[in-house]
Amino acid sequence: MNYNWNWGIFWELSPDASGTYAQTLLYGLNWTLATGLSSWVLALMIGATVGTVRTLPVRWAVRLGNAYVELFRNIPLLVQMFLWFFVVPELLPRDVGNWIKQLPNSSFWTAVVALSCFTSARVAEQVKAGILSLPRGQQAAGIALGLTLAQTYRKVLLPMAFRIILPPLTSEFLNNIKNSSVALTIGLMELTARARSMQEFSFQVFEAFTAATLIYLAVNAVVVFAMRGVERWVAVPGYMGGRTR
Amino acid sequence: MPMIEIDKVSKWYGAFQVLKNCSTTVDKGEVVVVCGPSGSGKSTLIKTVNALEPFQQGRIAVNGQSVGDRGTNLPQLRARIGMVFQNFELFPHLSIMRNLALAQTMVLKRSGEEAIERGLKLLDRVGLIAQKDKFPGQLSGGQQQRVAIARALAMDPIAMLFDEPTSALDPEMINEVLDVMVELAKEGMTMMVVTHEMGFARKVAHRVVFMDQGEIVEDAAKNDFFGSPRSDRAQTFLSKILNH
Amino acid sequence: MFENFDFDVIARSWQALIFQGLAFTAQVTLLAMAGGIVLGTLLAMMRLSSFKPLAWVAAGYVNLLRSIPLVLVIFWFYFLVPYIGAWIIGAPRPIPVGAFTSALVTFIMFEACYYCEIMRAGIQSIPSGQANAGYALGMNYWQMMGRVILPQAFRNMTPVLLTQTIVLFQDVSLVYIISLPDFVTIASKIAQRDGRLIEMYLFVAVVYLAICLLLSHFVKRLQTRFAIAR
Repeated sequence: MNYNWNWGIFWELSPDASGTYAQTLLYGLNWTLATGLSSWVLALMIGATVGTVRTLPVRWAVRLGNAYVELFRNIPLLVQMFLWFFVVPELLPRDVGNWIKQLPNSSFWTAVVALSCFTSARVAEQVKAGILSLPRGQQAAGIALGLTLAQTYRKVLLPMAFRIILPPLTSEFLNNIKNSSVALTIGLMELTARARSMQEFSFQVFEAFTAATLIYLAVNAVVVFAMRGVERWVAVPGYMGGRTR
Repeated sequence: MPMIEIDKVSKWYGAFQVLKNCSTTVDKGEVVVVCGPSGSGKSTLIKTVNALEPFQQGRIAVNGQSVGDRGTNLPQLRARIGMVFQNFELFPHLSIMRNLALAQTMVLKRSGEEAIERGLKLLDRVGLIAQKDKFPGQLSGGQQQRVAIARALAMDPIAMLFDEPTSALDPEMINEVLDVMVELAKEGMTMMVVTHEMGFARKVAHRVVFMDQGEIVEDAAKNDFFGSPRSDRAQTFLSKILNH
Repeated sequence: MFENFDFDVIARSWQALIFQGLAFTAQVTLLAMAGGIVLGTLLAMMRLSSFKPLAWVAAGYVNLLRSIPLVLVIFWFYFLVPYIGAWIIGAPRPIPVGAFTSALVTFIMFEACYYCEIMRAGIQSIPSGQANAGYALGMNYWQMMGRVILPQAFRNMTPVLLTQTIVLFQDVSLVYIISLPDFVTIASKIAQRDGRLIEMYLFVAVVYLAICLLLSHFVKRLQTRFAIAR
């Protein structure tokens, strides 16, 4: 078979003068992590809010929350990124639109916003499911003690709900990091984009993509390990991982 | 030659020994009731007879054929031994008719018409012919268990194993199932029955086997067992169960 | 705000869009769903097998593909399939594989991992007494799986399988990165040719929204009708 293996390719310089191929892959990893982590923080905040709202006894708020989730769940991430990158700047007032288009690293900011909205919808689903899985009596007990609804959510329901959804939330976290790769279509030079350009310059297809694969696996392992640590740290004694019976 | 031979059988789950050197036989036409407190291993023992549970030591033979033997054709052997489960285990996605016919066509290779005819006959025998096109979810527990017995009988078994057949039934349905089993016993079927129903044992059992903590503690003719149980454990068990 | 927009571009090019692009997406989705469910069920059975090496291989494959982005998987198969094809037929050089075939192989192999996890949960949720009853009647493993366990597992998992298919439908849009002519790629080409990015991308978003909303509504209705009474 006509493929020339060359594992030493990583130490050769990349033609686009950004260093060795190994270094370019690491730059890519930086952007992947930066995008993945910042959008995750935003997604958590937005998603937790929307998810909580969807369980409140206020019908118009629930409908709004549901509409938000349906909107961001039923359009592919790629299309959402295109919308944020190409369409939104045109729909905003001219000055704002121009400012956005002039931003350095505009692909990064766009990717972060797009990913935050996309992932927040999925986080909202998890949070809603977590809250609804709690026994009805928990809310009743809080109210009976004289807590307001807001206090009951903050002190009674949400703490347990979050512990329950830590495992699926870990999956969403990993998905979010993987989804950062879609931003290569709007010009973000994250890890997969760097692997692709390494392949295009050097023709060492399998070395490039193997490196990217191994790096993603490593990131995966670190995140899973860290989240397991979080699960143990917040576990309630006497309950299996903080789960209510 | 006995129909079912259990010879010095021991079984471990990891380090825990769940069956300790159990030996007993069931002759052709005999009805043997196996009883004992929970955790005594009686369900496990009966499941070793048709190899649903493996065992590490000893020998089990059905009609002379060794069950643990590597060369034994297990599906064919199992087809000849009928089993009735505590939770009925009818196939919920198939109608009653199809439940009865499935194994007949797939395992015994009977024709579709023959399987249906046989199934209907047995359904009639257990009194449920009107339900043939219904689905298990539409029947009561007692009805489901009677269908399960018919399903096992449709395979023309040489012996029948019952694993606590009435334990999952509401009290008012227990008798309809026991009546079918009494009929079966009177017709001369070889039966091994794990149960708490001592009334049934008194009526049709020939022998009673009492198990405790994985061992067979007593193995006596029915009258001997109920009249003068030899071991203390059997006496305690009987007093608890009979004074209900 | 909308005065300068030319929504006419949609009307002019809708034929190419709908018939070619959406058809391509729909075809890949349906075929990948079928192939993925078959392969996924096999993988699930392998994972649940008592023959450990088989279980490890299946688990390793499923976990590997679920740990890396679909974008990377698409690149992998895009470059790998010609080499594997050459190896299979003994050719000296990588054989050119059609765009459609490449996409199909990619999505079958990828989505099978997700269908596998779904079917594995489905199979494990069937009470073990059902398998025992099948064996007690003299069935062998394949008869028991085929007639007793899998029919029930499929029925129970149908809503989840369909939801995964809706995800697959959206995932197909990523073939954009290798310029395969799906709905998004064709819309993008038209957008660039006519300079009408906004109209085209909004149109694409609306179409996806409509189709996916409809499909998930349908799945929800199905959920109530599919439960098997026990």
